[in-house]
Amino acid sequence: MDLIESYREDLRFARRPIARVLLALLVAGLVALPWFAPDHLVFLATLVALYSIGVMGQNLLIGYTGQISFAQAAFLAIGAFTFGHLRIWGLPFPLALAGAGALAALVGVLVGFPSLRLKGPYLAIATLGFGVAVYQVFVNFEALSGGRTGLAIAKLKPMFGLSAAHTQYYVYLLLVTAFTLVTYNLVSSYVGRAFVAIRDADLAAEVNGVNLTRYKLLAFAVSSFYTGVHGALYAQVLGHIDPQIFNLLESLTLFVAVVVGGIASIEGSILGALFVIAVPKLLADYRELVPIIYGLGILLVLMFEPLGLYGGWLKTRLYFRNWPFR
Amino acid sequence: MAGLLEVGDLSLAFGGIKAIEGVSLSVLESETLAVIGPNGSGKTSLFNCITGIYRPTSGAIAFHGASLLGHTPDEIARAGVARTFQNLRLFHNMTVLDNLMVGRHLHFAKNLAAAALRLRAEEIRHRSRCEEIIEFLNLEPVRKSRAGDCPYGVQKRVELGRALATEPRLLLLDEPVSGLTQEEKEEFGYWVHEIRGRFRITVLFVEHDLRFASRLADRMVALDHGVKIAEGTPAEVQRHPEVVKAYVGN
Repeated sequence: MDLIESYREDLRFARRPIARVLLALLVAGLVALPWFAPDHLVFLATLVALYSIGVMGQNLLIGYTGQISFAQAAFLAIGAFTFGHLRIWGLPFPLALAGAGALAALVGVLVGFPSLRLKGPYLAIATLGFGVAVYQVFVNFEALSGGRTGLAIAKLKPMFGLSAAHTQYYVYLLLVTAFTLVTYNLVSSYVGRAFVAIRDADLAAEVNGVNLTRYKLLAFAVSSFYTGVHGALYAQVLGHIDPQIFNLLESLTLFVAVVVGGIASIEGSILGALFVIAVPKLLADYRELVPIIYGLGILLVLMFEPLGLYGGWLKTRLYFRNWPFR
Repeated sequence: MAGLLEVGDLSLAFGGIKAIEGVSLSVLESETLAVIGPNGSGKTSLFNCITGIYRPTSGAIAFHGASLLGHTPDEIARAGVARTFQNLRLFHNMTVLDNLMVGRHLHFAKNLAAAALRLRAEEIRHRSRCEEIIEFLNLEPVRKSRAGDCPYGVQKRVELGRALATEPRLLLLDEPVSGLTQEEKEEFGYWVHEIRGRFRITVLFVEHDLRFASRLADRMVALDHGVKIAEGTPAEVQRHPEVVKAYVGN
């Protein structure tokens, strides 16, 4: 029997024992991954980790707050180039990362201002325009982008006797864990409730004391911070960045990850990141099919499983919980 | 004595359409005032002006001596005015409990770092306030249900609970019992009565059900085509010739 005896217990993270066991197994598996998995899988896991951060950020904005945005690539670029320049100026990795996120958040607030007036598709178009503009700025201003040669970024130094790739994997695993926990905490706090309230009924949120301006801008700031950090971590993995990487398709990739993974779900964000990393890898020989799979993915999700991959997992869980009844 | 809410010579026009024309009324501390009137007489527009959703064309609205004009809805909520909506506006994808917790939003200290680090002492304090309201409105069975999945009568209660959770001094109810069964109306009448008695909240409500309205209200105001046509005790207002004319014609 599952009895909750206090409000505090009700608010606990991973309250059910089974959830804790599964979580522990997952963490143990991820920590042990480099010991049994080949290096290219560890590299893919690194990519999933960094994409998860960006997708979670976008999910906070699109899924939780309901502000549809297509400016993801712009924030990735801002994060990546800020990080690149700060590293070249000699800042250590954590500071450069924080700087990249902070600048992206600042720009995010500016991009958020149209959201105070525009809703739904109109906001999507405005942010799309911003994404294209930032792309053009980076392509055309060589001082920002390092020109044709782009920016070269020094690799992370190996630590604790691990190989460089494994060090990077563990750093990214730590970061994605921290971001995931913070996201869980935010979403279950007054901030998350204000975000969802704005999405579900903005007028009612307002007459209940939620300052729309403040929370819409906060959603843009937080999500851009996440996306900026994603851009920085991506730059670190690539070791070399040029503006061509951050095109419209990259925005769409994050959007696809949010929708296919599951709107307004943290687990879904991680599954979505897995999806957009795994699909291009599995279709390495048929690159041209990737956008088709993405488009098909969105269509199928919207038609059959509005909560995405996470919704599928919920149903599976329910099936086993109720087994043998159905 | 000046009332808790003073509406003076209020007018609201949408282009050539005059929704409210020179309405004045005052809501006294701890009374229950009903606003009645046929469809399109400006009752909901009046509520929207008071809660800052519409900007009136002219006139004054003062709450506890301070003007509400030019303030955003969230500032007005913080000043102590709460409302429900005629066509429910719940947060459908949240649980009933979370809907009420949004009502507590303006009482939170709003410490972002504490939220990110999962420090939940404040959350628990507000949770216990919400539980009091849940108990008052008999919402225990649906506490963790998705608000959008609840039946209409329950959703109406959730909206009332959410407004109560803000701990208002003035509660505006927009057609609290429309669409409810007779039994649910009786219950709602009890709650509205209790809100005044137990929570000492002043209530201003719009209602089409005249029997319900006259039973609960101390005073009644009638609007027609945006103009105040009568004010007084429920019995007086309902016999007023202008009111009879507005409802049943000549």
